[in-house]
Amino acid sequence: MIEVNRKGEVWVFAEQHYGKLEDTPLELMSKARHLADILGVKLAAVILGAKVGDIPKKLIQYGADKVYSVENPMLEHYQTNSYAKVVCDLIEKHQPQIMVYGATVTGRDLAPRIASFVKAGLTADCTDLQIGDHKPAGSDEIHKNLLFQVRPAFGGNIIATIINYDRWPQMATVREGVMPMPEPDVNRKGEVIKEQAQLSQTDLPLEILEEHKREKKVDLKAARVIVAGGAGVGSKDNFKLVWDLANVLGAAPGATRAAVDLGFIDHDHQVGQTGTTVRPSLYVAVGISGAIQHQAGMSESQKIIAINNDPEAPIFQFAHYKILGDLNEVVPMMIKALKEKTIKEEVVTAK
Amino acid sequence: MSYNCVVLVKQVPDTKRITGKAMNDDGTVNRAALPAIFNPEDLNALELALQIKEQYGGTVTVVTMGLPAAAEILRESLYRGADRAVLVTDRRCAASDTLATSYILSGAVNKLDYDIVLCGRQAIDGDTAQVGPQLAEKLEITQISYVEELLELKDKTISVQRNIGNGWQKVRTKLPVLLTITGDANEPRVWAARKSMKYKNALAPIEVAQKVKVRDPDADKDTLKQLTDSEVKLLEDKGLLIDQWDLDFLGSDLSWCGRNGSPTKVHRIQSVVLAAKESKDVEPTAEAIDDMLHELIVDKTIA
Repeated sequence: MIEVNRKGEVWVFAEQHYGKLEDTPLELMSKARHLADILGVKLAAVILGAKVGDIPKKLIQYGADKVYSVENPMLEHYQTNSYAKVVCDLIEKHQPQIMVYGATVTGRDLAPRIASFVKAGLTADCTDLQIGDHKPAGSDEIHKNLLFQVRPAFGGNIIATIINYDRWPQMATVREGVMPMPEPDVNRKGEVIKEQAQLSQTDLPLEILEEHKREKKVDLKAARVIVAGGAGVGSKDNFKLVWDLANVLGAAPGATRAAVDLGFIDHDHQVGQTGTTVRPSLYVAVGISGAIQHQAGMSESQKIIAINNDPEAPIFQFAHYKILGDLNEVVPMMIKALKEKTIKEEVVTAK
Repeated sequence: MSYNCVVLVKQVPDTKRITGKAMNDDGTVNRAALPAIFNPEDLNALELALQIKEQYGGTVTVVTMGLPAAAEILRESLYRGADRAVLVTDRRCAASDTLATSYILSGAVNKLDYDIVLCGRQAIDGDTAQVGPQLAEKLEITQISYVEELLELKDKTISVQRNIGNGWQKVRTKLPVLLTITGDANEPRVWAARKSMKYKNALAPIEVAQKVKVRDPDADKDTLKQLTDSEVKLLEDKGLLIDQWDLDFLGSDLSWCGRNGSPTKVHRIQSVVLAAKESKDVEPTAEAIDDMLHELIVDKTIA
C-alpha cells in the first residue's frame, strides 16, 4: 500500500503478448487521458516484455505522456509472479495514484495479485471511470478527486460506484470494448523511461508447455452494424434470417447467450456480460427479449431496432425503433427493402 | 502419492433469477427475496478436488466464509463426497471486500494441510475473480487461474490447461498451487443419496445453538450453553460436526478484516434503468419498415 499521493500519475498497464500490443490498453488511453487531465498529472503506460520494439512509441501516439518500459528476457512469457513483481516494484518506486488494467484474462489474473501484495483496493470489470468527491457516511471529511470505479454488479442488475480513499493506488480493471479507441496522433511527443526488472528464476514458477491461439470468427467490437438473434429466432436453420439480414446490411452477426447455448451460432458471436461488449452505430435485435445480461453488452449502441412479438419484452423499453411483430415476416421485409434500396441507388449512380 | 485438497466455496444469491422484488426502491438488493445457492464454478472446483481424491487418494476439505446459513453449502459438499467442512463465521467479517476476504481465508487455509487449493474462477454475485489470486498471494504460493482441465499430477508437480481468452495454454508447476476453475472444467456430480442421508444432520455449533434455543425457548443462558455443548460433542463423536472458526481462532489481525480491512468502499448504488431518449413504434408493414430504413440511411446510421 502507498500513501495518498495527489501528485501521483495515472497509469495504464499495456498488455502485450509476443511483442503485439492488445487493443484494451489503447481503448483505456482516451479515458485515462481524460482522468489525468482533470487531475493535472501525467499519463503513463507501463509495458513489460522481452523486447517491446515500437510499442512505447505507439502508446505515446495514443495519449501517453510517459512510458515505463521494462525489457528483460525473463519477461518473454507472461507469468503472474514475474509480471506482478515488476509492476509492484514500479508502483512502490513511482507511487502512481491510479492504475488501470484491461479486464482480459491476463489483467484479471495479474491485477488482484498486485493489489494483494501492495494491499491496495481493486475493482473488477469496470464499465466507466470518473473523477469525483466522496463524503463517507457519518464523517465531515470530504475526499476530493477520487477515482469513481463504475461497474455492474449482481448479474448486471445494479450499477455500483466504488471508491478507495485511503490505501492507494486506486486500481481497476476495465471491461474490453466499453471505451472507444482514440485516434492516434503521430506527432505526439512523450518520454520513454527504461526501468530494470529485478527477477530471479524463483519468480518464474510456471513451465509453459504449449499454447494455442485462435482467431475469433467475427470481430464484433469493430462492427459498425450488428444484427443479433436471440432464442426467439427458434432454430439454427431459422438463424439464417439473421445471417441474411447481416449480409445485406454489411453487418456482423451477433447473438444472445441463449441463442449460443441452444447451438444456433458459435460463442464468438455472443454479445453481453459473458460475451463481447459492443457499441455499434446500429444494433438490430431479432427475437431478443433483452435480459439484463444482454443489455450490459449492447446498451451503448447508438441506435437499436428491436423486432419481437412479445409487447412485454424488456428490449422495447430501450429500443429506438420498436417493431412488434413476427420476425419471420419482418426480417424478410427488411431484407427486401434494403435490396431494393441498393438497386435504386445503383440506378441513380448509373444515370 | 496422495494429495490434500482445500476447496474454497461461497454461498451466493442466485443472480440469474432476479425479479422485480429482488431490488428495493432505493436500488439496493433485497437479499431476502433471492434464493441462496452454491456458487456454480465453486461446484466445478469441488468436482475437480473429488476427482483428484478418487484417482490419487488424499482428502478434500471445504471451507466457506459467510453467515451461519452458509453451512448449507458445506452440507451439500459433504453429500458430494468432501471429507471435512469448515465454516468461517464472525460478525467482524462483515463488509469485507476481496482483499479482506482473501486475508481472512488465508488464515483458515494456513490451519489446514494442503497440496492444492481450489476456487471457482469467480462468484456470480460480484463476478470479480479476485479472491483466488489474492488468496494465492497471501499464501505465497503459485496461482493458475482459468483452469479448464487437469492434465497430470505426478509426484510434486501438476500440469493443467488454462483458458487464455483467445485460446488455451498448458502449464506445469510444482506443488503447492492454487487453481481457479472455470465452468468448462467438468460436469459437477449430483450428490449421493446415501451421503445426504448421513450428512443431512451435520451441523455447525452455531446452528446447534439456534436449534437448542428453538427447542427450549425459556431455558436460561447457562442451560442453553450446556445443552449446546453436549449436542456438539455428540455430533463430533458421530463425525457430523461442521468445524466453525472465528477470527480469534484464526489469529487474524482485525485491522485487515471487515470494513476496516477493506480499501474499496461503495460510493453509490444505482438500479439499472435503461430507456431510449427517443423511440418510435414501427408497424410490421413493408411501408413502415421502408420509412424506418430510409431514416437510418438519411442520418447515415447505415451506408
